[in-house]
Amino acid sequence: MATDLPVLKATDFASDQDIRWCPGCGDYSILAQMKKILPTLGVPREQTVFISGIGCSSRFPYYMNTYGIHSIHGRAPAFATGLKCTRPDLSVWVITGDGDSLSIGGNHFLHLMRRNVDLNIILFNNSIYGLTKGQYSPTSPMGKITKSTPMGSLDFPLNPISVALAAEATFVARSVDSNIQHLGEMLTRAAAHKGTSFVEVYQNCNVFNDGVWDYAKEKAVRGQNTIELEHGKPLVFDDGKQGVRLIGFQPEIVSLDKTATDDLLFHDEKAESPALAYLLSRMRYPAFPEPIGVFRCVERESYETQMADQIDLAQKKKGIGDLNSLFNSGDTWTVV
Amino acid sequence: MTETSSEFLTSHKPQQQLAGVTVRLVGDSGDGMQLLGSQLTSVSALAGNDVATFPDFPAEIRAPRGTRAGVSGYQVHFASEEIFTPGDGLDVLVAMNPAALVTNISDLKPAGIVILNSDSFEAKDLKLAKLEKDPRQTDLLKNFRVIEVQMTTLTRKAVEGTGLSVKEADQCKNFFAMGLVFWLYGRDVNPTLRFIDSKFKNKPDVQAANRAALMSGWNFGETTEHFASTFQVPAAKLKPGTYRNIMGNQALAWGLMTAAQLSGKTLFLGSYPITPASDILHELSKYKNFGVKTFQAEDEIAAICSIIGASFGGSMGVTTSSGPGIALKGEGMGLAVMLELPLIVVDVQRGGPSTGLPTKTEQSDLLMVMFGRNGESPLPIIAARSPADCFDAAIEAWRISTQFMTPVVLLSDGYIANGAEPWLIPDVSIMDPINVAHPTAQNGSPFLPYQRDENLARPWAIPGTPGLMHRIGGLEKEDGTGNVSYDPVNHQHMVNTRAKKVANVANVIALAEVKGSDSGLLVLSWGGTYGACHTACERAIASGKSVGHVHLRWLNPFPKNLKDIIAQFDRVLIPEWNSGQLRMLINSQFDVKATGLNKVQGKPFSVTEIFDEIERMG
Ligand code: SF4
Repeated sequence: MATDLPVLKATDFASDQDIRWCPGCGDYSILAQMKKILPTLGVPREQTVFISGIGCSSRFPYYMNTYGIHSIHGRAPAFATGLKCTRPDLSVWVITGDGDSLSIGGNHFLHLMRRNVDLNIILFNNSIYGLTKGQYSPTSPMGKITKSTPMGSLDFPLNPISVALAAEATFVARSVDSNIQHLGEMLTRAAAHKGTSFVEVYQNCNVFNDGVWDYAKEKAVRGQNTIELEHGKPLVFDDGKQGVRLIGFQPEIVSLDKTATDDLLFHDEKAESPALAYLLSRMRYPAFPEPIGVFRCVERESYETQMADQIDLAQKKKGIGDLNSLFNSGDTWTVV
Repeated sequence: MTETSSEFLTSHKPQQQLAGVTVRLVGDSGDGMQLLGSQLTSVSALAGNDVATFPDFPAEIRAPRGTRAGVSGYQVHFASEEIFTPGDGLDVLVAMNPAALVTNISDLKPAGIVILNSDSFEAKDLKLAKLEKDPRQTDLLKNFRVIEVQMTTLTRKAVEGTGLSVKEADQCKNFFAMGLVFWLYGRDVNPTLRFIDSKFKNKPDVQAANRAALMSGWNFGETTEHFASTFQVPAAKLKPGTYRNIMGNQALAWGLMTAAQLSGKTLFLGSYPITPASDILHELSKYKNFGVKTFQAEDEIAAICSIIGASFGGSMGVTTSSGPGIALKGEGMGLAVMLELPLIVVDVQRGGPSTGLPTKTEQSDLLMVMFGRNGESPLPIIAARSPADCFDAAIEAWRISTQFMTPVVLLSDGYIANGAEPWLIPDVSIMDPINVAHPTAQNGSPFLPYQRDENLARPWAIPGTPGLMHRIGGLEKEDGTGNVSYDPVNHQHMVNTRAKKVANVANVIALAEVKGSDSGLLVLSWGGTYGACHTACERAIASGKSVGHVHLRWLNPFPKNLKDIIAQFDRVLIPEWNSGQLRMLINSQFDVKATGLNKVQGKPFSVTEIFDEIERMG
């Protein structure tokens, strides 16, 4: 069936609202990439819904000319689940932050992943609370000095990729706000995946946590400090000068002068077991280059499809329900 | 499969006619008392009686056997006239062990019948019940007719040859007791035999044993000298039509399914298990072939949020819970008020505060659902008054919610949720439709998601509609456009508008109706106290008192004529299972100082308690 979809441009996805993020915030770049990739997906604006929680990043839906809900703190996955279960035809995106998804909304985050509802969740990780003006977040390192931790944070941080994998996510990826081409690719792949697609984006908060991701952002160093994952390819970084191999369960950095590419660790995003992906998620700067790209992309039937299938099956087996016959079934009696 | 006889067994002993009987069956929670009670309810209803029930069970799933904490009971009132309560005093108490006997005997009327399982009064049973002496040897039973039956022994004998172990055989003794009670009241055993056949169809030995136990109990009554006669309660003169027995939670679930059909909407239930509301989730989960979508959320918060998502998408979201869960849903309910989306929050109230008395009833969430959210966040509140009324209340909640684009709270309680009564089955094909419209695609002029109709309801524009893309959220919004607005005057306007919208519901709901006299004492009630208040008022009116009764269905807003009605009476009495929550609302909204009759014991009012208070107030 051929339908004439109007060709949309990035600007068609912009709402008429003034953007209120601080100048220089990494959120702008993510918004720009989103507007850029959406027209390429072939999904009409009215079929697209953005749902967010609370936080700087959660203002995102107001800036999109699509349907949207700016909901309450941490709960966006639950709103999105209810929507997608009843409207599988819609393309649903969840926009969240590190505090929103891993602190107050930790529970919903886990359950979204394990259910594998077909939607995309983009976590803007700035490692700080921006909207409440600078308290440490669940991804801030221990010892982080903030307004609420004048002597340093005592909380051991969570690793969003590890958490998503532990919660049985079927699509897990990471990108960086300023690496616009890579970010665009990750968003596109997330959209293409059927099931819950999780993308962590390193996002700079230039007001309360400036420079936290510089090692992964700065052109001069990011080649040495990050490693781009590609399915079926060896783990090579630093312009092909270094690689990662596996010794037992331990990754090890090797120089490619001395080690053959064949001996390196090969990435397999489709591995049934999340073990390799988890191992990669534990590679953190500065001990290792941090992987960016798709950690895991496996198929598992999505939640809302199974919900619809159960209804189909029940209707096939029992016929479409009829209230009058239900009410009159079983023991009844008549008064004349 | 055992052959089913459909012959109605009748006793050859003389019969005595009675207008109504209240029976309470008590035993260990493992003794199958709930099953026994629900069977007696069904067969009594099938016999044409009006029926009201009161199941009462412990919060523990398996409290220690034989202890007072583990006593589970089921009270059934069946009558040849219309009845509204499970009965005050008991005519018959069937007690399976000493703990059950001593914790319930005080409710037996003088000269009432107590039927005991005499096999369970050994030293160890008395010890479990913390009794020093066998109660049968004390004065405790002196005013009653005591019938001791060796139920355990007789049941074992009856099931011999079915191959059951002694332990399994002992589990059949509730059917023995049932057989005896059925005999005593001339109830038909056939529906219960059919029930046994279908429930145990995969366990032929258990099926045969339970059938044998039931018949053995019946024969025991017929052949022994314990009973000189049986009792007959003739059919009640109910409104013509076809009836079935229905429990409150089931009626509520069916009401929601009916409203879904009447409005042409998908019902999406997002719920987290909680006593005593879980049965609504269980019930709706069965009806996937009706297109019902049920979602067991990870917690109460996810449940309310998921239904907001569903309603945003154009389905009707419903969440079901009880007090502790509603407390958790508060923020989500506030968002629903702000988003002005239709959805229903069902609160099956139980004893509180905190975990409170999970399996006992109370009406102490009224002020929580009225005010328990941050900011000015009004929403309509409707309360069901009886098990069958849950059906109509659910449909009405749905109608108002969609008409006014507002979340609605539907209050039930543990007493009506688990209670059962005959229900006049409606014909869905002739019920009024619930009209719901969604705006369609538009071009040109910008869409205004908060433009309001004559009720002040905003349009329900749903994703997928071209040209109506809009973003809504918890931040205050400009009227009309729905854009985020921090403007002080706009905020005042929006607060007033949301309140006015809820107040406008009073324009479409039924006016309050006074039963009885229109001056003197007004008894004002709501929710599950209906039956006791109604019966007490009827009794008072019959005895010549100047008493009027108003039962409120909507608690917010109140019916428009309530102010005038209250002004007609000299005194107002408000009986509630709380410390005076409706009374607080009434006293603050009207020029009156109402008196409360307040009971917070996890138990419903008896008719007498209310009648006595009416007498006292003169
Ligand atoms: S506070 Fe930080 S994260 Fe928030 S808008 Fe400003 S720069 Fe961006």
